[in-house]
Amino acid sequence: MDEVALFPTCLAEEFFPEARDAVLVVLERLRLRVRVVRRAFCCGQPAFNEGFRAPARDLARRLVKSCEPGMPLVVPSGSCTSMIKVFYPELFADDPEMLARVQALRPWVFEFSQFLVDVLKVKYVGARFERTVAYHPSCHLLRELKIREQPRTLLSAVNGIRLVELGDRDECCGFGGLFSVKFPHISGAMLGDKLARIRASGANTVVANDCGCLMQIRGGLHRAGDAIETRHIAEVLAAR
Amino acid sequence: MARSPAKADFFEASRKAVADHELHRKLQSASDRHLDHVDETRAEFPPFESERDTARRIKEESIAHLDELLIELRRRLEENGCSVFFAADAEQARNYIVGVAKKNGLKRAVKGKSMTTEEIGLNRALIEAGLEVTETDLGEYIVQLRGEPPSHIITPAIHLSKEDVGALFAEKLQMPYTAEPEELTAEARKRLRSAFLGADLGITGANFAIAETGTLVVVENEGNGRMSCTLPDTYVAVVGIEKVIPKLADLSHFLEILARTATGQKLTTYTNFINGPRRAGELDGPREVHVVVLDGGRSAMLADPVMREALYCIRCGACLNVCPVYRRVGGHAYGSTYPGPIGSIVSPNLFGSAAGHLPFASTLCGACRDICPVRIDIPRMLLHIRWKESEDETRAIPWPRGAARARSGVVRFARLARHPRVARMLGRIAGAFLRPFARDGFLRRMPPPFNNWTAVRDFPVPRPRVRRDTAQEADSSGRVP
Repeated sequence: MDEVALFPTCLAEEFFPEARDAVLVVLERLRLRVRVVRRAFCCGQPAFNEGFRAPARDLARRLVKSCEPGMPLVVPSGSCTSMIKVFYPELFADDPEMLARVQALRPWVFEFSQFLVDVLKVKYVGARFERTVAYHPSCHLLRELKIREQPRTLLSAVNGIRLVELGDRDECCGFGGLFSVKFPHISGAMLGDKLARIRASGANTVVANDCGCLMQIRGGLHRAGDAIETRHIAEVLAAR
Repeated sequence: MARSPAKADFFEASRKAVADHELHRKLQSASDRHLDHVDETRAEFPPFESERDTARRIKEESIAHLDELLIELRRRLEENGCSVFFAADAEQARNYIVGVAKKNGLKRAVKGKSMTTEEIGLNRALIEAGLEVTETDLGEYIVQLRGEPPSHIITPAIHLSKEDVGALFAEKLQMPYTAEPEELTAEARKRLRSAFLGADLGITGANFAIAETGTLVVVENEGNGRMSCTLPDTYVAVVGIEKVIPKLADLSHFLEILARTATGQKLTTYTNFINGPRRAGELDGPREVHVVVLDGGRSAMLADPVMREALYCIRCGACLNVCPVYRRVGGHAYGSTYPGPIGSIVSPNLFGSAAGHLPFASTLCGACRDICPVRIDIPRMLLHIRWKESEDETRAIPWPRGAARARSGVVRFARLARHPRVARMLGRIAGAFLRPFARDGFLRRMPPPFNNWTAVRDFPVPRPRVRRDTAQEADSSGRVP
């Protein structure tokens, strides 16, 4: 394998370009050629989660048709990866032609850390990141894709890193896509507890694999005037 | 009457609940204590995972053959000397039970903890018929004294501290204030003991109904369930149709998982098996046993291939304990007998109303599915209900303005995202426009529809950039126009 496709995801494109760039850096250091998917912008999850399946299908169709089974598709988000791998079949349950394409593509779709550890069998990427890091497992990564150890494996191999635990039973950060703006009071209460856990952990950096969680946590830390930083896992792995 | 799920009031109630930091602390510490015990008892029991699978399989088969099992259950119960009544809805169930009470001239009812009787609003019906009704589970007794419904399906008074209970007992039971759990429990025990001895009607639910033997199984920790079903001369059990399992041998698989996930016990302190009324020559037990088998919207769930899975629920309450939303808003905010993740699914079905906002009030984090002893895929069902609610305009539910804007915004975003070049260009324009208003890249305030975001956290200004040196077009086929 020498070539992979990268679907950066809309949140990374718009709000976390350094995460997207870091994924490129890491993959290229592993001697892969990377083709960035530019003909699709969003996987359709926001509309799908809200129950608006027709507009979600339009976006999903576009993404599926922009990708080729046979070439790994790397997605730096547990949430978007689970949308494709877990929920696209449900979205196209009544469309045999699209369903067949989805089923052909699914085995080739990987979340970034999953791709490194499970497919490339890489643990150490030569990164150095001298900070105290709390890893926040995003919900879809953890509970839809069952990706628990891969990010920790990668992070623990980083030079100079000190990993600390949040110890909150991997609780949701409260983002939940549109949930964050439909129920801001509940989302804010969840965020408040997450921030308290982060502070109590002694971390000066929070790492997650999903830009949604990062946007929520980063926005909360900034609102509080807190100096704790937020990083996508790829940024840590790209750091030297 | 059963309370239907809240609609617009979920927002109001959850806002109040979230602002109540004391409530938050009580919910967290009580549910964490449960979850710690759950972790321990599961870890020390290696077959736990396979028992989950077995229990799930038995539920799948039971629900698939529900019609036959219910017929068998009825036959066996009647052979055992029970009267069996199939209630199509809550009203029929209430009327039947009130009828039994009137026919036998009953005056004083004691109740074991039962969510199904909460669901059908039985207490009020009995009280209106002139009976005195005493809840005998300690938590239920407490919320009954407060005139509240339970806020959790396993721990009804989870929203109260021992100080709250002390104040309540001082006021209602005229005892000196104390927050010592032993003293409070002793006082309740004394009162409940006399209620038991004076009762002529005992009422419980049932956790399982075994078709093969016509046996009702009631698990509990306080012995109040046992006294409710054995002391009074007339005993009524209210059982949802989904509680039936085929064989006695199936039961152990459920007992292995139910207490472990509900309270983190290996087994509940009491596991009661009720086969029928006292037989000739026996010295105790009820003289009459009535089993009310309740449909109440369950067969409609059975008919729906996606919703059917909710009938596998054994009401352990664990999904409430892990739910990040329940843990912050508590049970009362849901405005339904069954709160929390499973409640958001079953409530609209059992109460025949539109689902309202409850299925939307979830981040779909999946913690409920992970802990569910019978692996009910709650997030998938929430998504299913959201889909039905969102695409059926006749069921349009009223949303607060901010949430409504967010919902229509997501559809507009999806339309825009069909044109990636335009979407990226708009991102650049928005970024350039917003940057002057930002402080180190963040906005503290945003106009609608983004004000709900900045209500609780800062908003990062879009700052798209493209690494032209490495970025290449992925699509070689050119199929997408």
